[in-house]
Amino acid sequence: MMSTPFKDAKLHDCRVSFVETLEVLAEANTDIVAVCNDSVGSSKLGDFKERFPERLINVGIAEQNMVGVGAGLANGGKIPFVCAAAPFLTGRALEQIKADVAYSETNVKLVGISSGLAYGDLGPTHHSIEDFAWIRALPNVAVVAPADRIETAAVIKWAAAYEGGCFLRLSRVGVPDLLPEDHVFELGKANQLRDGSDLTIIANGVLTHRAVEASALLEDRGISARVLNMASVRPIDEAAILSAARETGAILTCEEHTTFGGLGSAVAEVVVESHPVPMKRLGVPGVFAHTGSANALLDDFGMASDAIADSAAELVKRKA
Amino acid sequence: MTPDELRKIANRIRRRDLQAVYEAGAGHIGGEMSVTDLLTALYFEIMSVDPDAPLDPKRDRLVLSKGHTALALYVTLSEKGFIPKDEVSTFLKHNSRLNGHPNRVKVPGVETNTGPLGHGLPIGVGMAKAAKLNGDAWRTFVITGDGEMQEGSNWEAIMAAAQFKLDNLTLIIDHNRLQQGARLADTNNLAPLAPKLEAFGWAVEEIDGHDMEQICRALSPETVTTGKPKCIVAHTNKGQGISFMSDNVAWHHKVPNDEQYKQAMAELEEAE
Repeated sequence: MMSTPFKDAKLHDCRVSFVETLEVLAEANTDIVAVCNDSVGSSKLGDFKERFPERLINVGIAEQNMVGVGAGLANGGKIPFVCAAAPFLTGRALEQIKADVAYSETNVKLVGISSGLAYGDLGPTHHSIEDFAWIRALPNVAVVAPADRIETAAVIKWAAAYEGGCFLRLSRVGVPDLLPEDHVFELGKANQLRDGSDLTIIANGVLTHRAVEASALLEDRGISARVLNMASVRPIDEAAILSAARETGAILTCEEHTTFGGLGSAVAEVVVESHPVPMKRLGVPGVFAHTGSANALLDDFGMASDAIADSAAELVKRKA
Repeated sequence: MTPDELRKIANRIRRRDLQAVYEAGAGHIGGEMSVTDLLTALYFEIMSVDPDAPLDPKRDRLVLSKGHTALALYVTLSEKGFIPKDEVSTFLKHNSRLNGHPNRVKVPGVETNTGPLGHGLPIGVGMAKAAKLNGDAWRTFVITGDGEMQEGSNWEAIMAAAQFKLDNLTLIIDHNRLQQGARLADTNNLAPLAPKLEAFGWAVEEIDGHDMEQICRALSPETVTTGKPKCIVAHTNKGQGISFMSDNVAWHHKVPNDEQYKQAMAELEEAE
């Protein structure tokens, strides 16, 4: 196995896959509409607007209204994809997400674009590294962060058919293909991308391919690392986490999110209550990030592939 | 229905509301008394809704954005047949589906779970937009409090409704001049409301919110201005119908004692 499996891989912006899939679905189902906050460009909805002008509902820079409008459209039988930069969708409109989507159980698809550290050097106002914690605390809203172009398309197809609210966390940072072209997304199910016996690395979103690379590096060092892609943060795949704990005895999580309340916390909640094993959670360590591109910041926070591998090796040493 | 028949129903709703607040030892009686005539006109004269098909896609929609006056809505829904009349006596009781703010998942006839202020109008904009996209004729009505108009989200929705030309959307502002802690005028005075809505491109009408003829006329489809959302500024009194509560800021969510209850009930019975 080559140590850097994605060295020459083509990188894809998952927003492209999102809108291409949405357009195919909208062609077949006239109830599908897109709602946005002046984010036609950043959500890549330009083609959608051209093809379905009356079904692109741009409320202007007004996120609270945007989510409320989504809930009202759902009440009227529409399937709204409410698209905005993730920090403003989740932070500005959190109470609308709670009352109008989660508590009212409306069929609203919240699409957080440029999530995580994607806006890099624009700074922490534009980073969305709290959204897993905020949204997964709410009942009735599925939280999903796809890892590549293929999984993004599968998740959008799933969301259109799913009866209920969901938060889809997309990035703009280029990622290589990881999943097979015919991949079908299943809510609450993790995908095992590599098997291993010494520990399990769990990741999602833009971190998954780094976890796969780390696993390859670990193999060169004689450490066998299982890799789980865990797009579905709520509900979470408890069975896959339990198997990982029992069979590999240590779990390392990697996320483009604060270590307070995100994927690592969700995994730890399962592990600590059912089968405690040594764990390490990588993420943004509870700080506002310094200036840097998304990928540079991930490297700085200990999530370069080789640094993930180092953390994994340290973790394996802690096994009893 | 004639205005007299509607007045009788409104009186019955006020009495049932008063009794439920007295028995539960809680409620928002002031705002419930101010909104009752508006709810009565909507459910018994204006809106097309069917208690046997509460989710009929072609139904008219009402969003009670001032969700803290849920009891007035529950009593109205029970009078209309959406929930059993005797269920009102469970208001706020342990495990009742009638809590302090309405829940669409549990209570048929409720369209969305309101409570935090400033949520109803954006949802109403989405509903009206859905009807427009479908080419459907059903209408959307939203009732807000006047203090509630201090929430910025309302003004986001006001902009959008005008931009989208939602003439199938009617906002009714229950303008009773009082908010929880004080008079609007002493807090963050939005009055006069009408010119503000007009400046945002809405058709606006001011009415006496306790005059059934004026309410029904203002809500009738004939008074809609093509291409413009409509706002009805309904001048009302908090505690309307009960002399010692009327226009009295103390009665936002105060509960009458035995003597006050008897007097209030006697006044409402007298008015019937």
